[in-house]
Amino acid sequence: MNRINKLFAEKGNNILSVYFTAGYPRLNDTVEVIKQLSAHGVDMIEIGVPFSDPLADGPVIQNSSQVALKNGMSQKLLFEQLKDIRKVTDIPLILMGYINPVLQFGFEKFCQKAQEVGIDGFIIPDLPMNEYLQEFKPIADKYGMENILLITPETPEERIRLIDTHSNGFIYMVSSASTTGVQSSFAASKEAYFERIKAMKLKNPTLIGFGISNKQTFDSACNHSGGGIIGSAFVKALEENDSVVKAVEALISKLKN
Amino acid sequence: MSFSVDENGYYGRFGGAYVPEILQKNFESLRVQYLDIMNDPEFQREFHSLLRDYVGRPSPLYLAKRLSEAVGAKVYLKREDLNHTGAHKINNTVGQILMAKRMGKTRILAETGAGQHGVATATVCALMNMECIVYMGETDVKRQYLNVQKMRMLGATVVPVTSGNKTLKDATNEAFRDWCNHPTDTFYIIGSVVGAHPYPDMVAKFQSVISEEIKKQLMEHEGRDYPDYLFACVGGGSNAAGTFYHYLDDDRVKLVEAEAAGLGVDSGESAATIHLGSEGVLHGSRTLLMQTEDGQVIEPYSLSAGLDYPGIGPIHAHLAKTGRAEVLAITDDEAVKAAFELTQLEGIIPALESSHALAALHKVKFKPTDIVVLTVSGRGDKDMPTYLEYFDKK
Ligand SMILES: Cc1ncc(COP(=O)(O)O)c(C=O)c1O
Repeated sequence: MNRINKLFAEKGNNILSVYFTAGYPRLNDTVEVIKQLSAHGVDMIEIGVPFSDPLADGPVIQNSSQVALKNGMSQKLLFEQLKDIRKVTDIPLILMGYINPVLQFGFEKFCQKAQEVGIDGFIIPDLPMNEYLQEFKPIADKYGMENILLITPETPEERIRLIDTHSNGFIYMVSSASTTGVQSSFAASKEAYFERIKAMKLKNPTLIGFGISNKQTFDSACNHSGGGIIGSAFVKALEENDSVVKAVEALISKLKN
Repeated sequence: MSFSVDENGYYGRFGGAYVPEILQKNFESLRVQYLDIMNDPEFQREFHSLLRDYVGRPSPLYLAKRLSEAVGAKVYLKREDLNHTGAHKINNTVGQILMAKRMGKTRILAETGAGQHGVATATVCALMNMECIVYMGETDVKRQYLNVQKMRMLGATVVPVTSGNKTLKDATNEAFRDWCNHPTDTFYIIGSVVGAHPYPDMVAKFQSVISEEIKKQLMEHEGRDYPDYLFACVGGGSNAAGTFYHYLDDDRVKLVEAEAAGLGVDSGESAATIHLGSEGVLHGSRTLLMQTEDGQVIEPYSLSAGLDYPGIGPIHAHLAKTGRAEVLAITDDEAVKAAFELTQLEGIIPALESSHALAALHKVKFKPTDIVVLTVSGRGDKDMPTYLEYFDKK
């Protein structure tokens, strides 16, 4: 069983998944960030591969991407940094980035390298299901890479069913019509959307992401799905704290109180 | 070989729809409806009566005698500069605002480089009483100040974009992000044949009125409805797509595109996407783009804000790669020189973008009997400060 399926089989709820941008704030923080998140009980990590034009991201992740690129981060360097990552942690690791750098690296080489270093899957927000199925899925399957697909409040039910059919890991449930960012609470309309999805009884588990930043929003995600994904709030913590450990501690304490 | 879009939104291997899930529904509903809406006789009637009575179409096809002498061929100018708001951009915004209305949208977004598309969008929004938000790179806000003031007077909100190089690419990113945040009530009026399917095809169809008219007008002037050459500049490629549209499958007609070389194709300060680009995905379509070997988009440079874009419409990637179109790279200097030439020979001050196409005339060896049609995509009012500054420096 792959690590993602195993996590959901064994834990199932209150799953905490955390995103960070590789190469931010310092180029060589990648392994340290993964080590600290993992040591502090985070269940899954999304490693962001920076892109010059992150269309689906708000200001916080745009900024971290720009800094990471200035620092010299690239797909190639990231794989080098992750070479021994499976000596550091056993939790599921997912790469998150945009399609263009992946295509330049070579999609097959990307999957092969990812498998080699022990990555479990990827999220590519601008690679929609249709394009993925036509061209990329056979290659991803060959290397055992899970492609995590997104659903949003705008996704029609029929399409959610299709996404469920073609997913095998979990479904990333985008909390709101928005780019990534920080929200302090979820409006009632969101809860209705969360409930609507829950009532669909999908075969895959879901995690809620976008806008989760504190105890209130994280608890809401946990009540309505398998757990929550935190991105901007952690990237902000990395910006505001002078060490990775402190940033991770700040994040964890925010989720508790 | 076909140069039309296929049912999946591809021109050969270019095109498609690489859009985030939050916008899937919008693109999908546009994809299934746009042809039906556009083909509806009532839509056509409304579109064409606005083009005639509001935009001032048909735009003249003018035989430029003195320019012809200088070039050594019979050169006709398709005068898109005489349209209301001063460029071809309004053909597309009239079409898209009617599309937005049909789809029940109330809030309009646009990106703009030179400000021509922003002005054309703000104009039709005033006309249709719709809210209008225009994203514009801060660099362009400074160099196209007159157009910024026009948009404000027209009632649009101009949002200066400070990310990246602060030009057209960044404005487009920001418009997309706004749409992600407002998917239900908002329609994004894209200003060129770029973006995810069906935008490139929809915009090309709205702009195809240019070649539809060229056919009729050439028939009147020359007794034949096709030229030997068509010339147009390409930023994203909408005036070129409109100029070529009805001739794409006509092998008698050679297609020439002028892209912006900035300080020179190999100078590192260029926007010559087809010369310098490789295959990738930008703003929702697979196309040619200027990028590093790591797949990061390279910031382009051109003196001309309307051509300062690192990508190209997928139809043009296809036309270039199949050899259907010849693509020439024109430097800032060559373009400005051509602008002064046209002004002095014909009394027409062209937009800096259009001047790239004019400069390309001097790079092709014509027979004296060749009939050439060149689209003057816009007028030079917005570029006066740039022209004068350039003139003073020399
Ligand atoms: C006058 C004029 N011509 C050409 C362009 C380039 O656009 P396209 O390549 O879509 O025609 C612009 C863009 O702003 C413009 O203002």
